[in-house]
Amino acid sequence: MSARDEIFAGLRRSLHVTGEEAPRRAAVADRLARAPSGVIPARGKGGVATFKDEAARASATLTQVASPAEIPGEIARYLREHNLPATLRIGADPRLASLPWAETALELGHGPSDGHDLNAASVAFAAIAETGTLALASGADNPTTLNFLPDNHIVVLFNADVVGDMESVFSRLRATYGKSQAPRTLNFITGPSRSADIEQTLLFGAHGPRRLHIVLVG
Amino acid sequence: MSVALTTPRFKDNVHEALHDARLQRAMNTAGNFVPRRAAAIERLPEFEALRDSARDIKNHTLAHLDLYLEAYEQRVTQAGGKVHYARDSEEARAIFLDLCKARGAKRVTKGKSMISEEIGLNHALEAAGIEAIETDLGEYIIQLRNEGPSHIIAPAIHVTRDDIEADFRKAHLHLPRDRDLSQPETLLSEAREILRQKFLSADIGVTGANFLIAETGASVIVTNEGNGDLTQILPKVHVVIASLEKITPTLDDVAQLLRVLARSATGQDMSVYTTLSTGPRRAGDPDGPEEYHVILLDNGRSSMLAGEFSDMLRCIRCGACMNHCPVYQAVGGHAYGWVYPGPMGAVLTPSLIGVKDGGQLPNASTFCGRCESVCPMKIPLPKMMRHWREREFERHLEPTPVRYGLGLWAFFATRPALYRFATNVATRAMALIGGGRGRFAWAPLAGGWTRYRDLPAPQGGTFQARWRAKSGAVN
Repeated sequence: MSARDEIFAGLRRSLHVTGEEAPRRAAVADRLARAPSGVIPARGKGGVATFKDEAARASATLTQVASPAEIPGEIARYLREHNLPATLRIGADPRLASLPWAETALELGHGPSDGHDLNAASVAFAAIAETGTLALASGADNPTTLNFLPDNHIVVLFNADVVGDMESVFSRLRATYGKSQAPRTLNFITGPSRSADIEQTLLFGAHGPRRLHIVLVG
Repeated sequence: MSVALTTPRFKDNVHEALHDARLQRAMNTAGNFVPRRAAAIERLPEFEALRDSARDIKNHTLAHLDLYLEAYEQRVTQAGGKVHYARDSEEARAIFLDLCKARGAKRVTKGKSMISEEIGLNHALEAAGIEAIETDLGEYIIQLRNEGPSHIIAPAIHVTRDDIEADFRKAHLHLPRDRDLSQPETLLSEAREILRQKFLSADIGVTGANFLIAETGASVIVTNEGNGDLTQILPKVHVVIASLEKITPTLDDVAQLLRVLARSATGQDMSVYTTLSTGPRRAGDPDGPEEYHVILLDNGRSSMLAGEFSDMLRCIRCGACMNHCPVYQAVGGHAYGWVYPGPMGAVLTPSLIGVKDGGQLPNASTFCGRCESVCPMKIPLPKMMRHWREREFERHLEPTPVRYGLGLWAFFATRPALYRFATNVATRAMALIGGGRGRFAWAPLAGGWTRYRDLPAPQGGTFQARWRAKSGAVN
């Protein structure tokens, strides 16, 4: 008997089932198809205002701009303010690629990071008001390495992409990519990297970005 | 580091831990989790309802685990990944070593994984000449010290800053000897620099999983450092090692469980990074692993599903039970002698290694009930520790004096008139002897008690006598 067969047999022995019972199969198929929501906290109903508060609690910084055209200028300002070099790596996301970068002094790099970038920018797939969390989807538009390797991660978030809760992000995911066809990686990010492994002292920039800056558009 | 089993000598471990001044100093910080959890829950009025929801989801999943497991496997395969099944630790190690050998892997980076501790993966890799590097800061520290974790989410909680400085100086010999490592910040940046190179040069990255989602075939990891993500996106091969009960039906179910996980663990609303990974990189993806494997470990869990310890399979490894346990706080995690400490370890360890070796752990409880009261999954930990004690007693594994003592007590307890008479006499005698000082500094047969504190002398009548005088109702 293979390990797989033996494990399944063991599970079924313990549960006193054969695995063929129609009501059990129906219950599982139904839950997988419907994905019922459970308890959803009211806090997420606060929308963008709540998102801003919660992101700040998680030690992310945030600046709001009125239109996409202002994004390059805001990123340049942020890097200047923190005495960071005017370099920036981005993916192929058309919402970033089409911006007036030439109006700034920023030196742009494109594609995934090899670990030698100080600054990177991504576009969020969505954001969660309840917890101040960003959701980023992998792919050529926004390579996952940009979320983790650079010291400073700047995330562009469009106002309309702020939803109340994680369940709403999953609904969008199913609507955008089809059920069970999500991107390889979905990163939920709540503030910059941190560790408390040395005597419970909270320190930022453990392995991922030391700073997380959100540019909210609209 | 692979953990050498010392659970059978638990009592000696406890004695050493209580007299280890350095450990006691380090454990002072362990209480910090309690107010943080309380504050996070204070901010979320729905927390109790979420605990019920989380418990119900896991109960439903466990009752249908075979079917959700089938669905999960199908999704992983559709996404281009491969699921491997391991009946026990040895099989899990063999599967992983085969994956390494087939790819000529020399260096493996690791995200934090309790299952990899359970199967002793690092030791097996070392023996095979493969470098295994723990990348979670706490895990990295204990790997340098050749120790196992002493807490399931804060593995180096027993280590002080001074210890870490000494460990780093001993291990990082290529760095200038006069460098300043006096601050936690400088220690962190040294570890960051060293581990960054390891991340970028690893052949295989191995992570655990907080959840495995049947709806999509995704594995979920939850971290604050980002080490788990660098582990799984940079090498060509990502291997997930997880146990069967991590299966969760849907994305929405995971959202429920995540709401109670971080709050119960560190007191955060959300950990910094919650990552869902499904299969290897897709066509057109510029980064991510080219191969994706999941090693699913049973190690006795399919049998646990049948008996009185099945509730334990709901555990999501938050660590709240140990953070709130007076015994854990006093002795630390290493005294428990294996991978899982605290109340959850006291219940799980005998299930995994047997009551003969692990049977002492369920005695390490005052039955104060705090663990159950804070458990996000409402696992009846004290009740299960009682079950283990009963089994230990049935199998005559407890020490002889305890057995005779209990026999003597049972003789009186089943004869109420005799019991009342005897306790009355004993109470009066003790009040007479110890009444002057109000307490005993020493008493026959109670040396274990009086070594650490005085025994109060009885005042007035027995409890039953006083109860009767007050309300007149004793059956």
